[in-house]
Amino acid sequence: MPTFVYMTKCDGCGYCVDVCPSDIMHIDETYRRAVNIEPNFCWECYSCVKACPQHAIDVRGYADFAPLGHSVRTLREEEKGTISWKLKFRDGREKNFVSPIRTTPWGSIKSASEYERPSVDALKSQELAHEPDALNVPKLPALTRDKLKPGVP
Amino acid sequence: MALFSRRKTHFVDSDILVIGGGMAGCGATYESRYWGRDLKIVCVEKANIERSGAVAQGLYAINCYMGMQWNENQPEDHVRYARNDLMGLVREDLGYDIARHVDSTVHKFEEWGLPIMRDPETGRYQREGKWQIMIHGESYKPIVAEAARKAATEVYNRIMVTHLLMDSKKPNRVAGAVGFNVRTGDFYVFRAKAVIVSAGGASHIFKPRSVGEGMGRTWYAPWSSASAYALPILAGAKMMQMENRIVLTRFKDGYGPVGAYFLHLKTYTQNAYGEEYETRWFDKLRETIGDYVDHHPVPTCLRNHAFLEETKAGRGPIRMVTKEAFQDPHKETVGWENFLGMTIGQAVVWASQNIDPKYINPELTTSEPYVMGSHATCSGAWSSGPSDYAPDEYQWGYNRMMTIDGLFGAGDTIGGTAHKFSSGSFTEGRIAAKAAVNYVLDMGNDRPEVSEAEYEGLKKAVYQPLENYAVGRNEIVGGTVSPSYLLPIHGLQRLEKIMDEYVGGIGAGYTTNEPMLMRGLELLGMLKEDLAHIGAEDLHQLQRTWELKHRVLASESVTHHTLFRTETRWPGYYYRADHPKLDDQDWHCFTLSQYDRATDKWTMEKAPVYHIVD
Repeated sequence: MPTFVYMTKCDGCGYCVDVCPSDIMHIDETYRRAVNIEPNFCWECYSCVKACPQHAIDVRGYADFAPLGHSVRTLREEEKGTISWKLKFRDGREKNFVSPIRTTPWGSIKSASEYERPSVDALKSQELAHEPDALNVPKLPALTRDKLKPGVP
Repeated sequence: MALFSRRKTHFVDSDILVIGGGMAGCGATYESRYWGRDLKIVCVEKANIERSGAVAQGLYAINCYMGMQWNENQPEDHVRYARNDLMGLVREDLGYDIARHVDSTVHKFEEWGLPIMRDPETGRYQREGKWQIMIHGESYKPIVAEAARKAATEVYNRIMVTHLLMDSKKPNRVAGAVGFNVRTGDFYVFRAKAVIVSAGGASHIFKPRSVGEGMGRTWYAPWSSASAYALPILAGAKMMQMENRIVLTRFKDGYGPVGAYFLHLKTYTQNAYGEEYETRWFDKLRETIGDYVDHHPVPTCLRNHAFLEETKAGRGPIRMVTKEAFQDPHKETVGWENFLGMTIGQAVVWASQNIDPKYINPELTTSEPYVMGSHATCSGAWSSGPSDYAPDEYQWGYNRMMTIDGLFGAGDTIGGTAHKFSSGSFTEGRIAAKAAVNYVLDMGNDRPEVSEAEYEGLKKAVYQPLENYAVGRNEIVGGTVSPSYLLPIHGLQRLEKIMDEYVGGIGAGYTTNEPMLMRGLELLGMLKEDLAHIGAEDLHQLQRTWELKHRVLASESVTHHTLFRTETRWPGYYYRADHPKLDDQDWHCFTLSQYDRATDKWTMEKAPVYHIVD
């Protein structure tokens, strides 16, 4: 379902332009508001819908196979750490869902450079960052060369 | 002076350049910083890493997790699983390497804030299947992107990388990459000691089922434009298994995933008359592929095969039986949230067609083929393996280094490692990055040199489509038809038609043969010539032009590989009608290709498959 933008809600902030993975949300030069310039390259990923502070972006199912009359709306609330969905079927039935999106505060990830500087020995080992501790097993598993043989198994 | 080559050029120097900021690229960026504290790490992405790559809209499961801490699986088990699913042919050294590290990646994701569901009785991660764990992954990509942003010296969003740069003083060594900013139009020359390609695989090389407004609703993201392959191919890196395209059995039109439905909700498929149909096709299959059909679990391609045969026999549509499972409110919620978390479009299709799976068993379909390296398929670059156990033939340098010095890869870029999915791709990025840090430190003060002639030549080529349009547009009154140029969409539609008809797309029933492939190569050759005449109206269309060029090069590779392997190894993915049998005598091996940019020639060879001894 490609996205479209409501004229009276969009204020032209450009958040959708900034986030769209397909580069199809652009600012219309005449109206100074966002527009989907290439609906047939829309994956309906909802990245723009979720990013829009004005809730100005909605979707209408692809004309090739989606009959009119449906709607799938979403509200993503970063502070609450949830995303809510409201589905409306063509025949009017509705369904609602809420899911968590994150368990920690935004921006709280410890940077890779904040960990203790790894030793030269560690750099030459097979272990990746935080291993073996982060594996939750005592030791990184390894094969020996004699375990691999050419041919049909 | 050409019209558009006066664009400003920016030079960006780094120790490690990561191309593509999806799951693999974010993993590479994070790990580069961990081991290379004093290095300059640059990540370049054609969209915005906040929501880029195949995980842009989220995921509802992590499909590659061993659970070693609970002794659920060991890395060897995953190797056997991937080997079985790919009909015997995977790089087991690389697959083992991902499997032994992937748990630490997933544990880090949870620490960072990714909500992973827990089994209320055992307290362990909630399993969807043997390898899959269930997550609330709407923000999977933004969380991972946060870690990458903090690790990178700089992230450059909205820059489409078009070519790699080679060292002018040492042969076969990478020196960086060039690209253009799709917002400002500026030209970028990235000079680096090591380059990690972690770009996307290929959607839209075969004609999709929907060719109207819905053509973007492919299973694999429409922005996965084969840069993962075109960049190394153009530089002369060896590629492997490019014939190993994947076809997905999914819910109709939205391509909503079926994994949770089969594994967790215990739904099952049946034909239009309520019959089980898979096993009826397996006996006959034994005649062409032998006992691979008796393996457990049944390989993905073979289940596709049964679906295709049953449909051809006139007993479609095939449906997923959901009505029983969806009577359980918990399962109903999981069924819907599964889509809302990763394939929202499927929920829209069902809402629009009044399909409530509690009362209606929804239709399934098979997708057009895609070329990628992280799902039940393993096309990609031929790379060096881990130094502690990889056989000599798989080891010529640093881990995940391609056949070009300093050129590393991860995710969909690297071939042979099926079933790595999101967590495995991130993990492979980490593996490649640690090796790249070692490579850079071992280089000392040596630094590749980029010749001005090379990047100036590429700069002219990069903007040529804008000039083609500006000049040609004056010839005509208006509209899209010009005698001088083709638009990017014209080229894309020609490519999709050629691949569909000659290389085994849906229109050809996934079937091809040598004469068809030869004709396909002729037509692809003419399309390649026509690519010099693509007209781009603006910077967005310039991006589409370069995506098209990457797709065409990858398609040519796919066609050569398909021609080379004279057997049908993966019925259900594609069929060589002139070689309908699986042939372990001659083809229990990998296919490798190498492209020579100077002569426009492809060279094919075989490489041995090593198995872990049971």
